[in-house]
Formats: sequence, C-alpha cells, structure tokens
Amino acid sequence: MSKARVPRLTVPVSDHDHTSGAAAAPVTLVEYGDYECPHCGRAFPIVQEVRRRLGDRLRFVFRNFPLSQIHEHAEHAAEVAEAAAAQGKFWPMHDWLFRHQDTLDDDALLAGAREVGLDVERVRRELVEGTHRARVRDDFMSGIKSGVNGTPTFYINGVRHDADFDIATLLAAIEQAGLAQATR
Amino acid sequence: MSSALQGEAAPDFELVTADRRRIALRDLRGAPVILAFYPADWSPVCGDQMGLYNEVLPEFERYGARLLGISVDGIWCHRAFAENRKLRFPLLADFEPKGAVAKRYGVYREQDGTTERALFVIDADGIIRWRYVSPIDVNPGADGILEALDALTAEAAT
Repeated sequence: MSKARVPRLTVPVSDHDHTSGAAAAPVTLVEYGDYECPHCGRAFPIVQEVRRRLGDRLRFVFRNFPLSQIHEHAEHAAEVAEAAAAQGKFWPMHDWLFRHQDTLDDDALLAGAREVGLDVERVRRELVEGTHRARVRDDFMSGIKSGVNGTPTFYINGVRHDADFDIATLLAAIEQAGLAQATR
Repeated sequence: MSSALQGEAAPDFELVTADRRRIALRDLRGAPVILAFYPADWSPVCGDQMGLYNEVLPEFERYGARLLGISVDGIWCHRAFAENRKLRFPLLADFEPKGAVAKRYGVYREQDGTTERALFVIDADGIIRWRYVSPIDVNPGADGILEALDALTAEAAT
C-alpha cells in the first residue's frame, strides 16, 4: 500500500501574490480558484465571512486556477483580475467576478472593469495581447505542483485542506493551525 | 491477484477506448505512459480527477508521456463522460471481463466492484517506475505524476 501523500504548498506566499490581511498574521489561507467555477462561487461569501471574523489574525491569498477546458470564460476572467492588479485594484475586481459568475464573456468582463474603475482600454489591450497569461499559467502550475485537485482548493499555513469548506469547518481548521503556530 | 510493483514490468493489456479503438500497452513502448485508474465516470465536482488531468495534459505531453484513464465503465458511458468533460485523452473500458486489468495491477476493489484510485507511471521500456494508490475519496491531483516524470527525465539526462 502506498503511503498517503500530504500535499503542501510548493511555492511559498510572497510579494508576488495578491494578499489581504496582515503579513504577520498567524494563519495564512491560500485559495486556488476559478472565477467561473460554481463551487468557488459558493466559497466566496464563506471566505469573506471568515476574513471578517478573524480580522488581523488571518492573511488571505488568492491564486488563479482556471479550468479552461470546462469553463470557457475562466482564463480571461483570471487575466482581467491580473490586469486589475496591474492597476492596483485586484480585490475589487476579484469580488466583482465572483458576484457576476453567470456572465463572464469578454464584453461583461470589460463592463466589470469599468464598474470597478479601471482604465478599460488598457485592460482590453492587455487581454488581447495576453499580457497576464504567463502569470495565470504560473499560478496554475504552482497549484498543480502543490497537489491542487479541483477548485476551490485551500491551503492553511501551507497544508492542503481536504475537509469541507463550510464556515464552521474552515474556521475550526484555521483556529487549530493558529494554535499549532502559537505553541511552536 | 498480482501486484504490479515499482520496478516490475507493467502487465500488458489491450482495451477498447470510448471511440472503439483498441489500445495495447505494448504498442506504446518508447515513451512514458501514465495509467490513471479511477472508480467511476461522472464524479460530481468541477475539475474532478479526469477533468484536472485534461487541463494538465500539455504538461504531461512535454515529457512525451501518454495518459490513459481506466475504469470499469463501458464505452458508452465513457463516451458520454468524455464528451461532456471535453476530455482529450483516451478512457479505457476495463468492462469485460470486469476489472480484469485492474486485478492484474492489484488495484481492484472486490467489495465495490470498481478499481482503486491508482496511478502508475511506466517508463519507455515498460517498467513501472512509480505507483500510488490514493484513499478512494481523495483526488490525488497531478503533482506525484509530474514528480515521477521529472525523475525519469533526470535519470535519462545522467
């Protein structure tokens, strides 16, 4: 019988990432997600609530994992989020995308970019030129190498969270990781 | 029940794909082969194991590796599943006699009538270089496969 693998984050969180919350927080929650994935859409308000409840005790990181073979708009949605990051507005765009999962074609993405207050022409150009494609791909590959096995996949302090992501389970897992960190 | 352990020759087989082609393992010598046994088509999540591998396929191809999915589902089920998920690699039907290939690889679950969730990386000479049996309800992801392919490549380079 093979030994069960415990997947861990192979690319540590860095300045390169989109992070929210205190860098010194005892717990870091990383999500690999796809803006068109309904399960990620279901996770979105849960993660929002977890962030609200834990405040400075949690740092949240989002990495792109578009399943572009089954979600035709997921790749462009991820690139638009990166285009927003280039204009200092990653999180507003990220939130907009999860609130508008049902309409993510290019026109809708640009309308969203306008709503969030981005330079839309620049977003359009960057989308056409694939400016952020490599970044999205890097996120995807870091996920693959870390054992991402679907979307969303969460890591709590670098260890894959295989249990459910309902609010109670996620909070309990985070609290436990925080305690483990404190007693080190 | 044989075991098909790491370092042993991979048991040969010939099975039918969803589009009624026959694929024989012996014909795939010369490049690595990834065998992914999985319990059943139609797992209910986004990016289930086969869907995930479909996304990672270009990475497997960079190693020149061929990916084959295998379950005890029949070809009609495989065909509907592959079309629905837009799978671009073959699904093999270990359907009749049921689970015969899985049994030869030591990954058949008598109690369930399905295969284990098991991965094999076979080298260009037909030798099993990595094998992993995942807990049945845990999608093992693709990281182990890529590590095994990396190891094969590193070895070939030295």
